[in-house]
Amino acid sequence: MIQQIRERKSLQILGLMFPGAFWLIVFFAIPLLWVLVISFLSRDDLGFPAQPFTLDNYGTLVRDIKFNPSITFDGGLEIRLFDGLYLDLLWRSLWISFVTTIITLLIAFPVALFMARLPKRWRTIMLFLVMIPFWTNFLVRTYALLFMFRGNGPINVVLNGLGVPPLDILFTPTAVTIGLVYGNLPFMILPLYTSLEKFDWTMLEAASDLGANTFRSFFRVMLPLVGPGLLAGSILTFVPAVGSYITVELMGGGKINMIGRSIAAQFSDAANWPFGSAMSMVLMVIVTIAAVLYFRAGRGERAAV
Amino acid sequence: MSDFAVEMRNVTKAFGDVVAVDNVSMAIKQKEFFAMLGPSGCGKTTSLRMIAGFEHPTGGEVLIDGKDVGSTPAFQRNVNTVFQSYALFPHMTVEQNVSFGLEMKRVPANDIKQRVGQALDLVRLPQLAKRFPKQMSGGQQQRVALARALVNRPKVLLLDEPLGALDAKLRKEMQIELKTLQREVGITFIFVTHDQEEALTMSDRIAVFSKGKVLQVGTPLEIYERPNCRFVADFIGETNFLDGKVSAINGEFATVVVAGDKPFVGRVNGDVRVGADATISVRPEKMQLLEKQPAAPNAYEVRVHSIGYVGSDTRVIVELGTARLDVWEQNSVSTLDPNYFFRAGEPAWMTFKPENALVLAN
Amino acid sequence: MASDSSVILLGERAEVKPRRKDQRPSARVGRFALVTITLATFVFLYAPIIILVIFSFNDARSGATWQGFTLEWYQRMFSNPRILDAAWRSLVIAVLSTIGAVAIGTLLALAMERYRFRGQGIWDALFYMPVIIPEIVAGISLLLFFAATGIERGLFTLVVSHVAFSMPFVFLTVRARLADFDLTVEEAAQDLGANEWTTFWRVTVPLLMPGIISGALLAFTLSIDDFVISFFVNGKGWTTLPIYIWTSIKRGITPEINAISAVLLLFSIVLVIVSQLIQRREK
Repeated sequence: MIQQIRERKSLQILGLMFPGAFWLIVFFAIPLLWVLVISFLSRDDLGFPAQPFTLDNYGTLVRDIKFNPSITFDGGLEIRLFDGLYLDLLWRSLWISFVTTIITLLIAFPVALFMARLPKRWRTIMLFLVMIPFWTNFLVRTYALLFMFRGNGPINVVLNGLGVPPLDILFTPTAVTIGLVYGNLPFMILPLYTSLEKFDWTMLEAASDLGANTFRSFFRVMLPLVGPGLLAGSILTFVPAVGSYITVELMGGGKINMIGRSIAAQFSDAANWPFGSAMSMVLMVIVTIAAVLYFRAGRGERAAV
Repeated sequence: MSDFAVEMRNVTKAFGDVVAVDNVSMAIKQKEFFAMLGPSGCGKTTSLRMIAGFEHPTGGEVLIDGKDVGSTPAFQRNVNTVFQSYALFPHMTVEQNVSFGLEMKRVPANDIKQRVGQALDLVRLPQLAKRFPKQMSGGQQQRVALARALVNRPKVLLLDEPLGALDAKLRKEMQIELKTLQREVGITFIFVTHDQEEALTMSDRIAVFSKGKVLQVGTPLEIYERPNCRFVADFIGETNFLDGKVSAINGEFATVVVAGDKPFVGRVNGDVRVGADATISVRPEKMQLLEKQPAAPNAYEVRVHSIGYVGSDTRVIVELGTARLDVWEQNSVSTLDPNYFFRAGEPAWMTFKPENALVLAN
Repeated sequence: MASDSSVILLGERAEVKPRRKDQRPSARVGRFALVTITLATFVFLYAPIIILVIFSFNDARSGATWQGFTLEWYQRMFSNPRILDAAWRSLVIAVLSTIGAVAIGTLLALAMERYRFRGQGIWDALFYMPVIIPEIVAGISLLLFFAATGIERGLFTLVVSHVAFSMPFVFLTVRARLADFDLTVEEAAQDLGANEWTTFWRVTVPLLMPGIISGALLAFTLSIDDFVISFFVNGKGWTTLPIYIWTSIKRGITPEINAISAVLLLFSIVLVIVSQLIQRREK
C-alpha cells in the first residue's frame, strides 16, 4: 500500500517537473554547453564555426598582456593596471561596471535610507514610484536618456539658453556610465531598502548610549548589519552592467566598446562566431563568480537578522 | 452499531526514527465527550490526525464505529475536524464554507440550503451567512468551523485545541457552549488539549498522554483523585511528592518511610511492594496546617517558608527537612485579622488523612 | 509593583519615542541632505521619461526646441503599417509566451514547494540560471542552438525563447505564494470529503490565483519589453516592436520614435498599476 503511494507520488513529481526541466535543459543548458563547444572551434570564411578544434580564441583574449599601470581621462576617468589586446576590452567593461556600481551605491544608499525611515503609508508610495521605472521598457528608458543628452537635445537647449557651452557628453565612457547608473538604480535601491527597513534603529541609540559618535555607530553597527544587502545590491548592479549591450550601444554610439557589444559584433559584422562564443564564456565565468558571492551574501544576511 | 465510536488498538506511528505514538490503545464510547490531554509533542495531535485520516498508523488499527479504517484517506471517512486555526476557506463566504461538505456528498441543492440554515442556527450565526472569514472575529470563525463540520452529521467530531486562540472569557463561554452543543447534537466529540483545567471541566473521560504513550484513561474524578503514576499526578493540578521506601503494606494502605525516619501512610495505587522505592502523593488542598501537634497520622512539625494570599484560599509553602510542600486552605472565615495567618519562619504542624494520599510505585 | 513607564509591561508594547536628539542641528542637516538627494534622484529617474513624452507632442522634425503641440507623430505612428505589424507581433508573442510560462512555471512551483525529492537543491540552483545569464549570452546561445539544429527562426523560436526566460520569474512568484500557503485549508477540504483533485481545483488554485496573475503580468511585461534576446532569435518578417524601435534609432532619431516610446511607457505603467491593485486586493 505504501509502495503504491510512493510510486504515485514519484509520478506526480515527474509530471510536474518535466515541462520546466525540459525547457530549462533544452533552451538554456544545452545552448550554453553548445556555446562552450563552439568556443573551441575555428572560423570559416563566413565567420561560422568550422573544424579544427583550437584554443586560439582564448589565446587571443589573453594575448600580449603587459603590466602597464596608467590613469587616463578620455571622456571619462580610467585607472588601469594591465594592457593587452583584448584585455583592454575586458578591463574597461569591469572598470566601467565598477565605477557604475560605486556611483549607484552612493546615490541609492541615501535614497534607501530616506525611504526606510518614512512612515508606513509613504513607504508604499515611494516603493511604487521606484518600481515604475523598473517595469518600463529598458530600451525606451535608455533612449529617453539618449534623447536628453543629444547635441541638440533638451539639456543642451537649456544650457544654450543660459549662455553656457553645450554638454558634449554622448559617446564617451562617462555617457555609458551615466546610462548604466540610470538603468541600474532601481536594482540597487530595492535590496538596500529591504535591508534598511529590517534594521533595528534602536541599535544606533544603544551605540550612542555606550559612547559611539555618529561615524563609529555607522561603521561599526550599521554597516556590518546592512552589509549583506549592500553586497547583494552591488552584485545586482555590477553583473548586468558588465554584460550590458543596449546601454553601451546607445550611449556609447559604437565608439565605446565593452564585452557585451563586442560579443554582439562577433555575430553580425565582425563575423567570428567561435570568438564570440569564447568571449561569452569569459563573461559567464565573471557572472557565475558574482552569483556565488550573491548567494553567500544572502545567507550572511539571514544570519545577521 | 458498535459500542465504541472510535477504537485504537496498539496503534503506533513513527516518523522515521521518531516514534510519535507508541502502542496506544483506547476505546471511546458512543456519544462521549472525550479529551486527549498532554503536553506539547506527546502524541495526542498525531493520534487525532490518525482518526481523521491525515496520518496512517505504522502499526496497529484504528476502528471507527467498529470497522477498521485501515489507510482510507480522510476524504472518505465519516469523521469531521475542527482545526486549531479553523482553516476556513478565505475565498468562500460562510455559507459556501458550511455547504462545502454537503456539496462533496452530492446532497441536492434544496437540502443543502436547509441544512446550512439549520447548522448556522445551531451555532447562532445565521446573520453572517454572506460574510467572508476575514470579516469576522476569532470566536465567530470558530463557530463557523463548528457548523461546517457538524452540518455533515459525522459519526465523530474531532476538535484540535479548539479554544486555544480565544481569550479567557470567551474560552469559558465556549466551554459551556461546546458541552451544550454536544448534548444537543448527540454525537461523539473527541478533542485535543494541553489545558488540563479545560479537560477536567468539559470531558466525560480523559486520556492523559506523555511521550507517545497513554498513561491513564478515566473520568475527570478518577484522573484527579487516583492518578496512577507520578506524571499524571504532577500534570493534573498541583501535587506534593514525598519519596521514600515502602516499609509495610496493610490491605489498601501502605507505609512509606521518607528521608529515612519519617513514616507516612497513604492509599496504595499501583504495583507497590515492601522494600521498593515509592512516592507519597498528596494534593495541597488535602493538607492541613495547625498550631499544635494533632492526634492524627501523617503529622509532622514543619517550618513555614512563605504565605501566598490568593483571596479565596491561602497557599502556604512549608519546609519539612529539606522538602518543600504546598498546603492550601480555603479562607472559609471572613476575617481581617492578620494574626489569623501563619507567618514566615514560624513553626507549625502539618497533617493529612491517609485516605487522601496515594502511594505510587516508582 | 510600581508602574514604570520605561519598563515594557507584559502584554503591552511600549512606544519607543524618538529622542530629542533628532532636533539637533547636525541631524537636521543630515535629514535635509537625505531629502535633497532623494528628490534629485527621483527627478533624475523620471525627467528623461517625462521629457520624452512631452516632446512626442512637439511640432518639430528634429531638435528639442518646443515649436508647438501636435499629434502628427501619433497619427503617423498609428497609420504606419510596419509599426502596427510590429506591435501586433509583440502582442501575439507576449500572449503565447505568457500562457506557456505560466503553465510551466506554476507546475514547477508546485513540484518544488510541495514535494521533497532528491536533487531538489540542484534543480533549485538551475532555475536561477536564466535570471543570472546576461541577455547577450542567452541570445547568442539560442542563436547558435537554432542554427545548429536547423530550426528556422521565426515565431516559434521567439515564443520558445520568451517562455524560456520568463518562466523562472513566474516560478519564483508562484513559489513565494505557495510558501505562504496555509496547508490546513487543504486538509480541511479533504476532511469535508474532497479528494486530491477536487481540493486542488476548488481550494488550492483559487487561493493561488493572485500569485499566478502576478507572475503572468511579469511574464507578459518581460516579453513585450524584450529586445536583446528577440534580436538574435527573430527571423524574417518577425520584427517585434522593440526591434523596430532599435533599428529606427540606429537609422536616425525621428519623432515617431518618441511617440511609440510614449505609448509603450503608458502601457507599462498601466500594467504596473493593475498588478499593484491586484496585490492590494489580496491584503
